[in-house]
Amino acid sequence: MYENRSVIYFQLAWRNIWRNPRRTIVIMLAVIIGVWSMVFLGALMRGLEVGMIKNGIATLTGNIQIHHQEYRNDPVIDHSITDTREVKAALKQTLPPGARWSFRVRVSAIASNARHSSRVTLVGIDPKHEAAVSFIGQAVTRGRYLGPRDTYGIVVGQALVDMFDTKIGHKLVLMSQASDGEIASKAFRIIGVFRAEMLATEKQFAFVTLPVAQHMLKLNEGISEISIALSNDQDTKRLATALKAKLPSDTYDIDPWWDLLPILNAYLELSDGFVFIWYVVVFISMGFGIINTMLMAVFERIREFGLFKAMGMKPGWIIREVLLESFLLLVIGMVFGNISGLITVLAFSTNGIDLSALAAGAEFAGISRMLYPVIYGMDIAIANLVVLVLGILVSLYPAARAARFTPVEALAHT
Amino acid sequence: MSIVECVDVQKTYHQGKVQVHALRGISLSIEKGGFVALAGPSGSGKTTMLNMIGGLDQADSGRIVVGGKVFENMNQSQIADLRLYNVGFVFQAYNLIPVLSAIENVEFVMLLQGIPADERQKRAKAILDEVGLENKYDRRPAELSGGQQQRVAVARAIVSNPSIVLADEPTANLDSVTGNGLLKIMKDMNEIKKVTFIFSTHDSMVMDYARRIIYLRDGQIAKDKIK
Repeated sequence: MYENRSVIYFQLAWRNIWRNPRRTIVIMLAVIIGVWSMVFLGALMRGLEVGMIKNGIATLTGNIQIHHQEYRNDPVIDHSITDTREVKAALKQTLPPGARWSFRVRVSAIASNARHSSRVTLVGIDPKHEAAVSFIGQAVTRGRYLGPRDTYGIVVGQALVDMFDTKIGHKLVLMSQASDGEIASKAFRIIGVFRAEMLATEKQFAFVTLPVAQHMLKLNEGISEISIALSNDQDTKRLATALKAKLPSDTYDIDPWWDLLPILNAYLELSDGFVFIWYVVVFISMGFGIINTMLMAVFERIREFGLFKAMGMKPGWIIREVLLESFLLLVIGMVFGNISGLITVLAFSTNGIDLSALAAGAEFAGISRMLYPVIYGMDIAIANLVVLVLGILVSLYPAARAARFTPVEALAHT
Repeated sequence: MSIVECVDVQKTYHQGKVQVHALRGISLSIEKGGFVALAGPSGSGKTTMLNMIGGLDQADSGRIVVGGKVFENMNQSQIADLRLYNVGFVFQAYNLIPVLSAIENVEFVMLLQGIPADERQKRAKAILDEVGLENKYDRRPAELSGGQQQRVAVARAIVSNPSIVLADEPTANLDSVTGNGLLKIMKDMNEIKKVTFIFSTHDSMVMDYARRIIYLRDGQIAKDKIK
């Protein structure tokens, strides 16, 4: 019996929504554009997030870092890890086969040439291991990357080269405080120039080999940090906890990337809220259209609702009938909205959207120059759920109006 | 045996500050199987009386009993069920569902009653054949003439074997030939199926067919004539 009624309700609803095709198409377009914008702009937001996380992790952060206990509060050379044997043993025991790590010296320094000087971060790296952990291994676009025996070689960013008006083969002097408290300085020769997602990265970092940095700063075997890159970011929390259990907490500070990049992390936490607010804002504008359309559809058919009641149809059945019409409108709109949204995302997912024109502003927020939209299944589900649930909720009003007409007043309606 | 009993039924409508006394204490009894016309000029209370009997409107006072069921003891849902299973309606303006075909319109009530699809289709086709609409099953109301639409409405009213059919000026929008044909159909239904028909009308042709005519004037029974 129920199944029979469902069939006729569906038939009635389907035919009723096509009584006025123009009106139906207009409201469907509103739903399609709304859902499209939810899917596409949601994917752009997620693309921004993914780009920011990727940048954050690749720009020397890694998934996990290990420092001397005091280093993050006061990143001076005195707070270096002087003996790395304990850390190496813990890394070998704890990390899975796909994980890679790199030891670094990382200090503030002054870079200068004959014309310019600027504050930079001097990074001493093991070229081979570093290439597997951070962006620098693939970022050298002119000259060459560091080799293990480069005693005077330095790799700097294109923006620094431009700022210093220098070029490959020219000298660059770096000056920093050594472990004995004296000022250490060393002249390097630029052997390679790297490009990065952000100009700030190109201006900030200057790379030399780890032994050279240790020698210059009189660190012996000491290092500033260990950066760990994992093949799966979802393992970060678990492995950071495992490392904390292995290494004494009064000596080492072990942090996942979200603790190392607190601003990025705060943005990501807010981002979910922004996406949801966006969905609701889009829906509100769509919702008025739905209410208006359904009210018009109801008032046009007052006599029919009177007839339904005269024939013994109960108010609940009439409400169900009107809600089914809304449901069909919403579902059709959602199907086409999702398809068009996914097609748009797909179109941009290969080549991305070039934000170079906004590079300075975007970079400030840690956003890549190229934006690749990213679809999260959960976002699509929430967007569709928002449209469907709120769409049905706003349709309750016209449906209740349809059910409230008394048969006599409805049948007398002209 | 009475199928409809009304005792001192009163109804007043309020139109702004004006009170319109539509029914002023009407009492009547209609036998099962009757073919009854409620006649009278406009505003005499014919349609209001029909609405009261069909449970479409509520009386201010008085007692209405249809098929042994007392309206004052029933809630709206029970009255809706009474309409669904016991009462058929035919309206002056046909009132078919425009998005459904002739056969679907006829099936609609049976569907609400939960009658299986095969049975519904069999009965709908049979009744449409009886009212002369064979080969017009799939036409939508807009594709039918006024007389054909009203025949669909009659078929819809009687297809589920109600004990009573209430017809509000069913011939008012039809020419005399079509109206006469429709009345013949209803008379046949009345005689063969023993369905009680109550009309509101001021059409003399309907009154000619009726076996009993109750004349109303200003909300009261002016004359009750049994032929």
